[in-house]
Amino acid sequence: MKANLKGLVLAGLTSSATLFAGTAHAVEIEYWQYFFGARVDAMDQLIENFEAANPDINVTMTHFPYADYRTKVAAAIPAGEGPDVVQLFYGWLNDYVEAELIQPLPSDTFPVAQIDADFFPMVQAMKDGDNYWALPTAVRSLALFYNTRLFAAAGIDGPPATLDELMETAAALTQRDGAGNLTTVGLTAGMTAQDHHWWREVLVRQFGGEPYVDDYRTVNYNTEAGVAALDFYTNMFLNEDAVTSIGFMDEPQAAFKAGLAGMHIDGSFRIGSLADIRGLEWGVAELPAGMDGVQSNYSSYWVNAITTKAEGAKYDAAVLFMAYLTSDEAMQIWLDVVGELPAKPSVGMTEENANDDVFGPFIRGLAYANTTKFVNESAQRQVLVEMVERVQLLDMDPAESLAIAAEAEQKILDEYYAE
Amino acid sequence: MYRNLTIRQKQIVWAWAFLALPVLFYTVIRFYPTGNAILISFQNWNLLGSRTWAGLENYDKLWNDPVFWKVFQNTFVYLLLGTPLSLVLSFIIAYHLDKLRFMHGFLRMLYFLPFMTSAVAMAWVWRWFYQDVPIGLFNNILANFGIPQIKFLQSTTNALPAVLAPAVWAGLGFQVIIFMAGIRAIPTSYYEAAKIDGVGWFTVLTQITIPLLRPTIVFIVVFSSIGFLRIFDHVFNMTTNNPGGPLNATKPIVLMIYDTAFNGFDMGYAAAQTVVLFTVLLVVSLVQLRLLRSN
Repeated sequence: MKANLKGLVLAGLTSSATLFAGTAHAVEIEYWQYFFGARVDAMDQLIENFEAANPDINVTMTHFPYADYRTKVAAAIPAGEGPDVVQLFYGWLNDYVEAELIQPLPSDTFPVAQIDADFFPMVQAMKDGDNYWALPTAVRSLALFYNTRLFAAAGIDGPPATLDELMETAAALTQRDGAGNLTTVGLTAGMTAQDHHWWREVLVRQFGGEPYVDDYRTVNYNTEAGVAALDFYTNMFLNEDAVTSIGFMDEPQAAFKAGLAGMHIDGSFRIGSLADIRGLEWGVAELPAGMDGVQSNYSSYWVNAITTKAEGAKYDAAVLFMAYLTSDEAMQIWLDVVGELPAKPSVGMTEENANDDVFGPFIRGLAYANTTKFVNESAQRQVLVEMVERVQLLDMDPAESLAIAAEAEQKILDEYYAE
Repeated sequence: MYRNLTIRQKQIVWAWAFLALPVLFYTVIRFYPTGNAILISFQNWNLLGSRTWAGLENYDKLWNDPVFWKVFQNTFVYLLLGTPLSLVLSFIIAYHLDKLRFMHGFLRMLYFLPFMTSAVAMAWVWRWFYQDVPIGLFNNILANFGIPQIKFLQSTTNALPAVLAPAVWAGLGFQVIIFMAGIRAIPTSYYEAAKIDGVGWFTVLTQITIPLLRPTIVFIVVFSSIGFLRIFDHVFNMTTNNPGGPLNATKPIVLMIYDTAFNGFDMGYAAAQTVVLFTVLLVVSLVQLRLLRSN
């Protein structure tokens, strides 16, 4: 009896040892991103495909709310608890590099020259000398959403192609009640939404300026072009024949979703939430061109990077996983599942994607998009929000308000780069 | 060893044994973070990487920051408008509710209901009340009577009172209950004596009710002052597009701390603001307690 039991225990041990032997060879790496339903679904799919191709690597994904993201990453990596591959907002890259939380991508797998050639140009903000620090799977850009039902009712054929046409179209779409209160705006407005990007990277350039110089370390919009861009923007809601109102229906996207805004400038991430609105019929067009046909756009992205925690076998696995995350296949899956745009022209500019009714205008916009190198996006946005508020609420001369804004933003940049 | 102690010493040992848990709790949960916050206020730290010593740099920056002074002023406007307003309103309601017999419990519940409601949900409902035509309740009513729209939240002058109103309204229920308890605690013999002497209601109010409510008033003043000095959730939720805006017209200190810490990731600067708020709270509370202390 005793011998039997001994044998049983021994057998149990050996069989469990063989069971674990399989996984003992497998490398476990951890991937972190913030929680957004579609992003998690897409990543689940990518991990499944990656593990099928690399049976000796296991990837576990952890996600938590956006609000806690940076705090958690910052606390976990130094403690050796964090991810091996992590998703970061592009604007935070400098901070992560400086704090030695991430390591550069190996130049043999990710040669700089090839990435320069393969990816959309704004990705080059992630480059430092001979190495890339991080790479995106997907990027975002702006486009003009328009309500096709309101367009048809106003007898307008198609979306405006220039800024002049934009204002004409907006005027035709604007509706007021008997007392003159706006009931439908032609175009939404609000620097707190995406308009600060539109003003900064699109309008300033279209009026002949360049918003920043010196690799985004020096503010350069306090010029005639900047004043013209601000005049154009504030004229949309300050005149008697205003085509919009700031704060109309609380938030620009809310007004568009409710069908009470003819046109709305927003990012590609909005596609998903608009698709679910019943009864809303909408189309997308590229942002209107400037006076001399100048086109511009703003693009932002989340990148993937390898943390300093990944060493040895885990590092090798992380490199392989990064290579997969930046592959054409991954980008197509991300586009299909999340609706975010591929980071490479080879995927984005395929006949099918570039001419897609919805994604097409965003993808075509990537070709001429600029990426602002923010040091503190919310503070830099606030500067522009207040610039418009001074004109709107305090009746300040636009040129004067612009000068104050330029000075305030320069101070933010100087403080950051001085450290 | 324990055996050899005197009874008094044993009592001390037991007292400390029972006190150990709360003392430990307070040290870990309260005093350690407070001390740490004071330490961080003298350092630079962006959450990533190491903390570096900054000396008085953060306080110097605070002193020269016009936004801080605007925010400081806003915080006191919240305090100086909110506290007396809620005190007077809640007293008037409690005074009359106390005399009312018809549906007393139901009415008391109605007043208390906002206090139990989530501040976030409430702030969003009020935010929509304040919108322009076509969705705002107040402006739609005005428009029906042909009165021009009022900018509530999109105004540098109206925004702060507009944000304060629901905060006062929400806290009212609690203060009414406390006042009613205070009023009920006054011995009826005083009122009977007053009735026999034939004095008017105003004399009764000013000579009996209010003086005897002093401890209640002290509690409510201190409690609501601390509440208004720390106002955050109403402001943040009513102006999430532009937190504390327009042009910082509604921004209180706590919102500035939150913004500095979790949008700007400037923990040292945020900690310096926190230390200032802590000091203000301490001073205001101590001054009020001293002024309102009964002789």
